[in-house]
Amino acid sequence: MVQPDLQTVRLSNGKEITVHTQLFINNEFVPGHGPLIETINPATEEVICSVHSADKQDVDAAVNAAATCFKDTWRKVAPAEKARLIHKLADLMERDRDELATLDALDNGKAFTVARDVDITDSIACYRYFAGWADKIHGKTIDTTFDKLCYTRHEALGVVGAVIPWNYPTMMAAWKFAPALAAGNCIVMKTSEITPLPAYKFAALVKEAGFPAGVVNIITGYGHTTGSFLGSHPLVSKMAFTGSTATGRKIMESSSSSNLKKLQLELGGKSAQIVCADADLDKAAEWSCGGIFNNHGQSCNAGSRILVHESVHDQFLELFIKHTKAMIKIGDPFDEDTFQGPQISKGQFEKILNYIEIGKKEGAIVSYGGKRWGNKGYYIEPTVFTNCHNQMRVMREEIFGPVVVIAKFKTIEEAIDIANDSDYGLAGGVYTTDLDTAITVTNEVKTGTMWVNCFDVFDQSTPFGGYKQSGFGKELGKYALQEYTQVKVVKILRSSKI
Amino acid sequence: MTVNFATEVITSKGDKLSFNTGLFINNEFVEGANTIDVINPTNGEKICAVQAAEEAQVNAAVDAAEKAYREVWSKTPSRDRARLMHKLADLIDANVDEIAKIETLDNGKGIAFSKGYDIPEVSKTLRYFAGFADKLHGKVIETEGKLSYTRHEPIGVCAAIIPWNFPLMMAGWKLGPALCTGNVVVLKTSEITPLSALKLAELIKEAGFPPGVINIITGYGAIAGDKLARHPKVGKVAFTGSTAVGRMIMKASSESNLKKITLELGGKSPNIIFDDADLDQAVAWAHKGVFFNHGQCCCAGTRIFVQEGIYDKFLERFKEYTSKTKVGDPFDQDTFQGPQVSQVQFDRIMSYIKTGKEEGATCFMGGNRLGDSGYFIEPTVFTDVKGSMKIMQEEIFGPVVAVSKFKDVDDVIDKAHDTTYGLAAAVFTQNITRAVTVANRLEAGTVWVNCYNELDYNTPFGGYKQSGIGRENGEYALENYYQVKAVKINVGL
Repeated sequence: MVQPDLQTVRLSNGKEITVHTQLFINNEFVPGHGPLIETINPATEEVICSVHSADKQDVDAAVNAAATCFKDTWRKVAPAEKARLIHKLADLMERDRDELATLDALDNGKAFTVARDVDITDSIACYRYFAGWADKIHGKTIDTTFDKLCYTRHEALGVVGAVIPWNYPTMMAAWKFAPALAAGNCIVMKTSEITPLPAYKFAALVKEAGFPAGVVNIITGYGHTTGSFLGSHPLVSKMAFTGSTATGRKIMESSSSSNLKKLQLELGGKSAQIVCADADLDKAAEWSCGGIFNNHGQSCNAGSRILVHESVHDQFLELFIKHTKAMIKIGDPFDEDTFQGPQISKGQFEKILNYIEIGKKEGAIVSYGGKRWGNKGYYIEPTVFTNCHNQMRVMREEIFGPVVVIAKFKTIEEAIDIANDSDYGLAGGVYTTDLDTAITVTNEVKTGTMWVNCFDVFDQSTPFGGYKQSGFGKELGKYALQEYTQVKVVKILRSSKI
Repeated sequence: MTVNFATEVITSKGDKLSFNTGLFINNEFVEGANTIDVINPTNGEKICAVQAAEEAQVNAAVDAAEKAYREVWSKTPSRDRARLMHKLADLIDANVDEIAKIETLDNGKGIAFSKGYDIPEVSKTLRYFAGFADKLHGKVIETEGKLSYTRHEPIGVCAAIIPWNFPLMMAGWKLGPALCTGNVVVLKTSEITPLSALKLAELIKEAGFPPGVINIITGYGAIAGDKLARHPKVGKVAFTGSTAVGRMIMKASSESNLKKITLELGGKSPNIIFDDADLDQAVAWAHKGVFFNHGQCCCAGTRIFVQEGIYDKFLERFKEYTSKTKVGDPFDQDTFQGPQVSQVQFDRIMSYIKTGKEEGATCFMGGNRLGDSGYFIEPTVFTDVKGSMKIMQEEIFGPVVAVSKFKDVDDVIDKAHDTTYGLAAAVFTQNITRAVTVANRLEAGTVWVNCYNELDYNTPFGGYKQSGIGRENGEYALENYYQVKAVKINVGL
């Protein structure tokens, strides 16, 4: 008996909603041939429902749907029409904002208010931003020899594969879909099997908006099966991946042994926030608090190391803890004043608690938090480690939870060296009122984004992506379009004899 | 140290050529782990031996590069980078005669080509990219409450692994964009053709590049190349060569530090000739398209599709044109085709010719070795081919072409796309609608219309599908050699 697509699920506040659970291929919800996967409510540790997962034949079906659609339909749709469809999709997301936010909060555990006001709001903005680019993707004409006309076309890749994580379910999908669609591609996206529900609501809106069948295909499944089938598929021209560095390596290896598909990897980080002696300490404490504890620390760009000038360390720490207490209200995602919900899963929960133990063993001091919160749901107190140095595991390894490690520095040069002493290079920040310091630090720290006197502030128009082992390729901004196009040069010789 | 590896050879024409056979690290020629013999493809004899790098030497080169970047090159103003690149270009031009002879001796390509094309392209490429050095612009992006801007920063140490088919030109295509964007380079040449880059090394020092900015080593791909591709201090590797090795490079990056990669790989490019083409022009360009550089071109037009109405006439004229190909001593001015580069390549090509016959294709002309010394092969044409045959699917990299016929546009597009490659393509027609429509539809990084193998240093070159990732030449090359940082300064949030 095949599980029907629509399932009714109950929220913690007693409300009931209907969710899609089948694979979205060719504008239809269809059963998968992989195993049913249970998706857990991290606030209650209970099963929400089961979803279908994709095995190899489902991945083939999705990729073939995308390939056929690209060849027969989507590549012939005028850019302005593509833009109109993306705007329509954004309109529908606005109409159904609360429902989308509910699904993000239910499946991921983030606060409903945050899902609504950040995740969904920014996702809608992302679609609108990239819709604007659809009819502005320009090639060049290039003068070479007098007898040739040479021009380039920035063409769509065709079928793009995307594998996204569970930390911002709707927004991570937007960051891939929006530029891919604007550049004229068809997509097969594998959502995380931990948070499969929000994307299916989105899929229903894709169909309602009027996208041709096969432009957007959404499946879910385990990374080592579904993800692997997608990553090695010969008809997929590119893989865009956001997730762990370890899995990023596998995606790249899989491309090397299949069809050398183009790659974009957005991986982990251990970003340093540098607090200088001349910083506005109260503001630095407030920004840096959000910088680590936003999204329960489950951000690739989390400012999980704070480097504080020794002369202001104690003062800063006091302010930091003050802001943590004031800002971080832990609770049920559907409570209006919740800031921090549960961590995503049992596995992550145990991993983070284990890192807290490691930190203690390494000699770091728990200055705040350090324990589970409550006795139901994967809640962890915001945790502050002090007395850290950069060789500790808790200073080097990505914890992906509400745990910050604080260390001191003497000189700006030392702070820069410590910040750069990492295999990662995703983001970083500096708090200072001095112009020279701001420029020196932002120039010298080797990361893809540097914030000054703020942190974790995103815009649709500025590029995001890592240096070093935090990945390669850019999301957001005009830079993202490069990732979803390929350049062809056409060289026409006027009648000239050889 | 320099004295130890200084070498002199005499060509068949009596020219004296001098170069240094050491590894070029930190502006000095040093000893390698062992030596590799360099063979003259005209006669199979040893020219000399060169020092070869293994792990220790790769590490030394990378360390030298990293130090040079950190202490000197990252602080060198862009206009000074440009000046050095221009100076190097000038020195190449001043020494074009000797360098071209070294290239011809080592690779076997006709002297008219090394002197008239390969070497001048190197200086043109360097000059082109030198012009970009002080024009690398980030953006200022309007955002709320902030000053947001991007910087296009150098990666640092870039590795370049280049092939033997255009030895010095391939070096130029990598050095140009790498240096102008502020990077330092470790260049590994092919152990089959290491000599011209060693001559370049002398000029690099003479031009005044600080030690360690450009390091040139050679060695086996499986040893030196692999070590470079895995090195934790190398931020990017640019590779040109076979698709098989391209896979290894990507895998090596995935297993090491996820360094950025660009790959310029193989091809099996279709050359499509419609019945309204200028037939004599099409014949001449088709010949150049496949037999140029002895077929040792990643973008060679190795599958010719002729519209059925003119098929017989085309073949007749193509045979006549091809039969006039002057194959001979590369040091003769009018030689068009010299020997293939090595015994291994020779054997491989002859094996493909044998396979073609076994698979049932007709060997319309050629198919034999020429002479009994050196790696010379007759220009070879197969007809009566099927798309599934090995000689239609696999890259032969020699003077072998398969000619078949097609009915109409849809028929030929399907045939053209029946390949895992997508490097280049060409269409011959006088009809504007057809030219534009077909060029748009072809899945290839370069589409030539009414010409073939017209390369320019300022138009992008690179593959679709399994022909590679990234573009070389032109402004497009730059984005492969810088990384983008966004800086966002809160001034009003």
